Amino acid sequence: MTMAIEAQGLVKRYGKTRALDGLDVAAERGQVVAVLGPNGAGKTTFVRAVATLLRLDAGMLRVVGHDVAADPGAVRRLIGLAGQFAAVEPAMTGRENLEMVARLFGLNRAAARRNAQAVLEQLGLLEDADRLARTYSGGMRRRLDLGASLVGAPRLLLLDEPTTGLDPRSRIELWRAIHNLVEAGTDVLLTTQYLDEADHLANQIVIIDHGRAVATGTPAQLKERIGGSVIELHVREERDLDRVAALLGRSVQIDESSRRVSVRVDSGREQLTSVLRFLDAAGIELEDISLRQPNLDEVFLALTSVDAAVGATAA
Amino acid sequence: MSATLIVTRRSLLRYVRTPQLIVMATLQMTMFFLIYRYLFGGAIRTVGMPYVDYLVPGFIATGVLFSGIGAAVATAEDLQQGFIDRLRSLPIARSSVLTARAIADTLILALAAAVTIGIAFAVGFRLHGSALDGLAAFGLVIAFGFAFEWLFVTMGLFAGNAQAAQAMGMIVFPFAFISSAYIPVATMPGWLQVFAKNQPLTYMVDAVRALTLGSHSQALLGHPAGYFITRAAIWAVAIIAVSLPVAVAKYRRG
Repeated sequence: MTMAIEAQGLVKRYGKTRALDGLDVAAERGQVVAVLGPNGAGKTTFVRAVATLLRLDAGMLRVVGHDVAADPGAVRRLIGLAGQFAAVEPAMTGRENLEMVARLFGLNRAAARRNAQAVLEQLGLLEDADRLARTYSGGMRRRLDLGASLVGAPRLLLLDEPTTGLDPRSRIELWRAIHNLVEAGTDVLLTTQYLDEADHLANQIVIIDHGRAVATGTPAQLKERIGGSVIELHVREERDLDRVAALLGRSVQIDESSRRVSVRVDSGREQLTSVLRFLDAAGIELEDISLRQPNLDEVFLALTSVDAAVGATAA
Repeated sequence: MSATLIVTRRSLLRYVRTPQLIVMATLQMTMFFLIYRYLFGGAIRTVGMPYVDYLVPGFIATGVLFSGIGAAVATAEDLQQGFIDRLRSLPIARSSVLTARAIADTLILALAAAVTIGIAFAVGFRLHGSALDGLAAFGLVIAFGFAFEWLFVTMGLFAGNAQAAQAMGMIVFPFAFISSAYIPVATMPGWLQVFAKNQPLTYMVDAVRALTLGSHSQALLGHPAGYFITRAAIWAVAIIAVSLPVAVAKYRRG
């Protein structure tokens, strides 16, 4: 079977920085692949490369079997792109925006009208279809932008941080829309900074950092590799931070400004109890204590080398 | 070709459906026109003809430059807001998006020039040549306008954002003012005259003037209309020949 995306050793330099530094990605057809990473990891550069928007300095990139460098025209007929901005024309209605993109995709007038109507229904924009896009809310604009990326019925949908900057409700609405598309059989490549988003939407996650893939797998596989959970303590007195750290030993992370200490543990519940017992015996007062899933920072700590991870900040 | 038309339509709709843009631009242009006509005009001597007849061809031809700033800003905005990325990811000719921008802004320029001409006639401007020559002059302005749009589209692509495009647009001021558009070049210091006489806008202005001033033109300009029209046309072709390939290359590269 042809792969949806085959990327080997991609390199893209901007001056001295390497936005992509030997990135490998393999995505099968019939899947949602999430590229997960912090700001500046190379996510957008990768999507732009797949979308034929930039010239790579090295590496091989094929989209549904077509080489991006040799035959960008063929790739453009197969993809639909929704970038980080809602790239819709504010002075046109939702429907006009979709019909325009469908026509540019090469559909005739009747087919463009049909597809636009179907997409409006699918994304729940039918009621507002004939209002100018500049009157839309941020979430509606993003949905319209998503609609524009799929109105040409592409084989592969490219979504670059589709929910960044959206309020929680719009985010969930957009998730639902993406979910429905996937059910209807569209292949999707999406980038995100949010672990939960990748977890929610993707069959396969590629974690990238500094322009390279640092881990690949299904959400379940990755969680297993990251393992366990995190105990986070919020101490009352700043001077207690060091004592808590000493008590917990090994891999603690201390944030002095918020008086928080976090530690990764394998079996959360039992260890939470023993930690509480320790702290009680030592007479350390807590504001709060919690047990939670590792966040993206901690995923990076777990999956990348220590000094690389310290530099990686995530939202 | 149809892709070009579709994108042109979008650019035009943006203007048409943002009436405050058109109203503001028209008001501003009318205000400046009246300032020249009634305030500065009184102090500027033009031998053998009323100042208004001297001014109008210059004012309309310089409109090409000032409206070009709008094209540069619009191009930069499209780039900044990801619209150009979307279009670049679609299976359409690389040049169609830029051509659409140049066509749309030329049409807007034609509209603005027509409005200015209407106002000009209302405040005393008269054609001294034939009506046909007058129409030819109008056509010439639009043709120059199309050539210059390419320069401004290129500028917008390199600027990358609206503010930078606006700032780069300032370059039109020396070309607009150090020319024969508003005042006779002979009144400038010698070193400025060298620039004023040889830059493209002066040839454009004088080509238009040669067609609207009729029998006065030879005395004022010293050459027949053809002299200015050929030189202006050479500039126009040169501007397209340089900026079109540069713009397309930049657009391709992203």
